Amino acid sequence: MIARPGSAVWFARHESRLAWRDWLAMMTAGRRERLQRAVIAIAIFVIFMHFVAYWMVGRYADATPDKATLITITASVLLSWLLMISQAMESTTRAFYSRSDLDLILASPAAVEKVFAVRIGTVALMMTMMALPLAAPFIDVLIALGGWRWMGAYGLILAMGAAATALAVGLTVALFRTIGAKRTRLVAQVVAAVIGAAFVIGLQVAAILCYGTLSRVSVLQSETLLALAPDVSSIFWWPARAAMGDGAALVAVLAMSLAILAAVIVVVAPRFGEYAVTAAGVGALPVSHARRPAAFRAMSPRRALRLKEWILLRRDPWLMSQTLMQMLYLIPPAVLLWRSFNAGNAAYQLLVPILVMAAGQLAGGLAWLAISGEDAPDLVASAPIPTGFIVRAKIEAVLGVIVMVFAPLVAVLAIASPWHALITTGGIVIAAAAATSIQLWFRTQAKRSQFRRRQVSSRLATFAEAFSSIGWAATAAVAAINIWLAIAPALLAFMVVIGTWFMSPRRV
Amino acid sequence: MISFRDMQHFPPPAFALELHNLVKRFDRPAVDGLDLNVRAGEFYALLGPNGAGKTTTLRMIAGLLRPDAGTIRVAGIDALADPVAAKRVMAWISDEPMIYDKLTPQEYLEFVAGLWCVEPALAERRARELLNWLELAAHAQQRCEGFSKGMRQKVALAGALVHEPRVIILDEPLTGLDAGSARQVKSVLRERVRDGGTIIMTTHILEVAERMADRIGVIAHGKLIAEGTLEELRLRAGKNASASDNASLEDTFLALVAERAEAA
Repeated sequence: MIARPGSAVWFARHESRLAWRDWLAMMTAGRRERLQRAVIAIAIFVIFMHFVAYWMVGRYADATPDKATLITITASVLLSWLLMISQAMESTTRAFYSRSDLDLILASPAAVEKVFAVRIGTVALMMTMMALPLAAPFIDVLIALGGWRWMGAYGLILAMGAAATALAVGLTVALFRTIGAKRTRLVAQVVAAVIGAAFVIGLQVAAILCYGTLSRVSVLQSETLLALAPDVSSIFWWPARAAMGDGAALVAVLAMSLAILAAVIVVVAPRFGEYAVTAAGVGALPVSHARRPAAFRAMSPRRALRLKEWILLRRDPWLMSQTLMQMLYLIPPAVLLWRSFNAGNAAYQLLVPILVMAAGQLAGGLAWLAISGEDAPDLVASAPIPTGFIVRAKIEAVLGVIVMVFAPLVAVLAIASPWHALITTGGIVIAAAAATSIQLWFRTQAKRSQFRRRQVSSRLATFAEAFSSIGWAATAAVAAINIWLAIAPALLAFMVVIGTWFMSPRRV
Repeated sequence: MISFRDMQHFPPPAFALELHNLVKRFDRPAVDGLDLNVRAGEFYALLGPNGAGKTTTLRMIAGLLRPDAGTIRVAGIDALADPVAAKRVMAWISDEPMIYDKLTPQEYLEFVAGLWCVEPALAERRARELLNWLELAAHAQQRCEGFSKGMRQKVALAGALVHEPRVIILDEPLTGLDAGSARQVKSVLRERVRDGGTIIMTTHILEVAERMADRIGVIAHGKLIAEGTLEELRLRAGKNASASDNASLEDTFLALVAERAEAA
């Protein structure tokens, strides 16, 4: 069937082709010959996730909708939904500010409300499609062990995608109208990240304050929450009931979500073009730095490079928010440290791996920015300094930020427990060095604005960075208990790093 | 720290740039045994059709690409044996301005001066002069992110000149500039040549090469197919029926390229 040019179906086909090619490029890092390998990797991942799912949710397959079960399922649904809202906000912000084809569309005589109605619909579809591969193994296991009633969970995911997109679009437009186009981009991205992390962090902080532990389960299974939760017949549990196979609840949740999405599309789509045009004017306003001293400072090339990196990071709030957002996850350990101070309990044991893991992840992001995300690569490369010199200066810039972020936490820990502080310091240094090295071996030339897509350039580097950080965090955790026992995880983490080196383009 | 004044103590060599049998292959040979000499204090324009190997040649000279074979000497320095020393006397400007959006022009020049180890007081004085000269002084404390293409290219040019290079390599520096900005850039380059600097530039705007260059080199398929002053090129192309004695550089260039294509 050939759709009439300019019609909603025609735009939908155009959008779906773009989305498919984007997804393909993301999975294959832009190389079609990798498609087969990507498909095999996804298949292995899906099979592996089924085992993980069996281990995690197998025992819930025969669960009845009692209050404790409903709380657990609702919490899982809420967590996933918040993550979907966060992702949908990101996509909506991109739709406003990314100029790729907006100028072409807005300059054409096509009806913009149709274009943006399709775009919002595509966001909803993408949210659902992104959630499905992650949720499917869990749902499959529940269906296999508990029966077809769990099929309702698939319907719930569709409802969650629609509702999350509706809420995200509504929130972004509200921000646009209240704080203006210039601030919305940054604020929306920060809000998106905070929404994504808020539930986990909130549960952890509650668990620490009430039970002195980082475990979220302790809150969800507490008597207090059971007593405070609404009755099992309450509308509040409809999403959980829908997942468990209650047909009426599923129809109600699905209908409500789709109706909200349709309402948002009807209200927002006609104004979308206007917002996009307003957003296009952002960035044209000059930002002055009149307070800066006029005199040039004496500096070596190394210092010049370090200072440049720090200034660029400091002046780019979007980039800073993306990088430091990982630090949100340090709030619970910081609360734990504050609560456990002088108590002499085992809480410090929990802090060590979290700090090490966070340092590894932060170093990875910063190292990409400093090493690969160079906006003037030719300028730096044509400077009269050896390449090794440039790389060293950039590594120093990364480690400088790591020191600034983690030194205060380690200093407080050192007062409470010098041994744990020593192990944490060692772990932070090694994890940061490993993550930086991985970024160095997989360095590519990119613009800093491509930070969000850095994982696309090399999946191997992304996974290696994550596994290395996890490995060093585990090593530090074990070392805090018994230094000799830490040899085994340390060897494993070391093998991850060495294995990555052997597979890296610098080595091959 | 090494400043331009220190470097002035060394006598300038006769040739600012010497390329011998330069080769670079990608899927096919991009530069194929190129021999080229540019005299010190000369304005040399390198012309050629798209894909002729002009940018690849310039990137190899600037130390941004390693040749597969051949030699490069910049101001008498073997650029392949001692790239750092060669880069010290050189500046590279591409058609895409290499600047940082979040830095102000003043901060950018301070950064570049730091990379080239220019003495701070000297760099500051030069920066002030350049910013005034290029009419950027009013924007010296504003971030580059809102600048037009012309302003960005002028900032990049100021960065290239702040360390007083002996050899300036420019790849299509006037692409996308309005008439006013282009005139300013051309005037700065002319001034630089008057002061004894050497400029090697590629351009598609043949009128610029015709008016500004002392000598013109025509490159096709990675080889230098003709070289000389405009008159010399006219004479050479005059043998071909399509170019007359009063032919413009455009006619001459097209005749030379067509001649080469026929020969190939």
